[in-house]
Amino acid sequence: MAELTYLEAISDALRTEMRRDDSVFCLGEDIGAFGGAFKVTAGLAEEFGADRVLDAPLAENAIIGAATGAAIEGMRPVCEMQFADFVACGFDQLVNVAAKLHYRQGVAVPMVVRLPSGGGFSGGPFHSQNPEAWFLQAPGLKVLAPATAADAKGLLASAIRDPNPVCFLEHKGLYRHVRGEVPEGEYTVPIGKARVAREGAELTVVAYGSAVHLALAAAEQLGEEIEVLDLRSLCPLDREAILASARKTGKVLIAHEATRACGAGAEVAALIGEEAFEDLDAPIRRLTAPDVPIPFSPPLEQAVLPQLEQMKEACRELLAY
Amino acid sequence: MRLSDASAVGDATVALDRGLLTRGDRVQLLRLMEMMRAAEERGLALYKQGKVPGSFYDGRGEEAISVGAAFALGPRDRLCILHRDLGAHFVRGVTPDRYLANYMGRAGGVTGGKDGNMHFGDRALGCVGMVSMLPDMAPVANGIALAFKMRGEPRVALTFFGEGSTANGQWHEAMNFAGIHRLPVVFVLENNRFAYSTPNQLEFAVDPVERASGYGFPGVGVDGNDVEAVFTATAAAAERAREGGGPTLIGCETMRMHGHGAHDDMSYVPAALREEWERRDPIDGYAARLVAELGFEESEVSDVRAEVRSYVAECAERALASPPPEPEVAGEGVFAERWQPLGDGAAPWSRWAETGADGARRAA
Repeated sequence: MAELTYLEAISDALRTEMRRDDSVFCLGEDIGAFGGAFKVTAGLAEEFGADRVLDAPLAENAIIGAATGAAIEGMRPVCEMQFADFVACGFDQLVNVAAKLHYRQGVAVPMVVRLPSGGGFSGGPFHSQNPEAWFLQAPGLKVLAPATAADAKGLLASAIRDPNPVCFLEHKGLYRHVRGEVPEGEYTVPIGKARVAREGAELTVVAYGSAVHLALAAAEQLGEEIEVLDLRSLCPLDREAILASARKTGKVLIAHEATRACGAGAEVAALIGEEAFEDLDAPIRRLTAPDVPIPFSPPLEQAVLPQLEQMKEACRELLAY
Repeated sequence: MRLSDASAVGDATVALDRGLLTRGDRVQLLRLMEMMRAAEERGLALYKQGKVPGSFYDGRGEEAISVGAAFALGPRDRLCILHRDLGAHFVRGVTPDRYLANYMGRAGGVTGGKDGNMHFGDRALGCVGMVSMLPDMAPVANGIALAFKMRGEPRVALTFFGEGSTANGQWHEAMNFAGIHRLPVVFVLENNRFAYSTPNQLEFAVDPVERASGYGFPGVGVDGNDVEAVFTATAAAAERAREGGGPTLIGCETMRMHGHGAHDDMSYVPAALREEWERRDPIDGYAARLVAELGFEESEVSDVRAEVRSYVAECAERALASPPPEPEVAGEGVFAERWQPLGDGAAPWSRWAETGADGARRAA
């Protein structure tokens, strides 16, 4: 075990998988000698050469399209979108080509698109988005959103080894603020399995990414019997874990930083409503960003992104219901 | 042949011009073009009989391009084939029954009913099927070529697109990326004069073949209705790519002799233009040349054409006998359980019989 930041854990996964498998390579803007906008790929070009840490022109469809073609031919490309927001510029290749090739033609596309996502640093409307729900409407894509350093490493390794296109949402706010024990060497976490981050009997908070840390902080400060379920994977969704926790506590708060309408949380709420309605003791509640772009100015951004006090208040309301 | 950078492809072209097509190759070229024509005519008839859901799209008048280009490739090369390029599927080994069954949404179609019309590619034959968004397969062909380059394999990726696609930003992204990395990729541009109803003069201000030099690789203009010209240009471009010379854009001048789809009456096409290109029909023209210049008997040529038409008729019966897919298939195959390599396609050019599947060396 080594104590690593979330960002270091992602770098560790890339390095470990590139050592393990010659077909793994990275492709993205400024990722080579420069090491990437966030330095996730720092040092990789030195170790593996510029051919395996390929600097790409500013052209997201060319990047995702090239990754798709290389994956078809047996390579294991890991694309970096400099910011998750820019995946919009490569969306066509992702949702129309990569996502559908196996369904239509039996052609597997083992590739990863890394998506530095999330707000909280005045990045404004184009450097702060949480676009995970975009992908959930494109069957054929797997969607992962780790909250811890260990999961960041283990899920990225699993994503690289998976034979499908995987969208890997890495929250920028966690990059250097979250650290934890991370197994050294090869380490994988199974895709599609949620994690009970904190056990409790009175209320379940279903969360992923940055909202997991908000939920854990709220639970600690409130000192109540709050269970925190970290989804880790949004597609496939761990239906059993969600339903088991909902049935156990009877009260569910769903939290994410992404906007509200048709977000991942709406799917979780629908699942619980359909499958565990009679086990509920309170209405399902959601804590999300409202349906607005992420504004730039700090007071405006804070007004939009879910805050700890809101999390505590939502928990208190449900506990008291 | 018009070259925007003649020095770059000149040597390979000269070497390949020296009679690389045998008599048997020429029979194949004629046969494959006729197979495309006959299969598409049969498909159109099935559409008019109400047996084809959706619409029907063909490449009438463009047969020389897909056949000539695909004919130059080896078994381990890979193709992304577009919707006017049925001949390329036939070169690789798809049979007309599977094509027609695909159009009818039958279980025996190449996609088993998952996708329709020309949206297919037989992975077992080294092909990746197109999507409707254009030119989306150009970045994908780049990626296939990138894999070949990274592994040091003397293999080539080829994709087709129409001149309409060159207006889209992804075309620029793809050309630029291919040029930067000198990828072993061949881009075959079919200028069939119209993007649906939009004529060339509203599609671009500068001919895309000329634009190739702006990306750092040659653009070669050929008569797209001359199957041997397309073949020769593609063989030269593939050779160049295999030897590390990078991409080539081959611009094929042609004319789409049917509407965009069967629902399109082409009322926007001037009659004189249609008549001009009718006279330049690629199959009739090649048949006449085989007799006039290349030592074939008229009866040989007509026998080849008749034989393939009767074969297509048999294939149509097999396609009609193919059952519809079981409804539960609709829910299957969204995710892959494992990656598997694409298979190798047929490579009927006699060169490949001489040099084998890995034949990177020039046969001449």
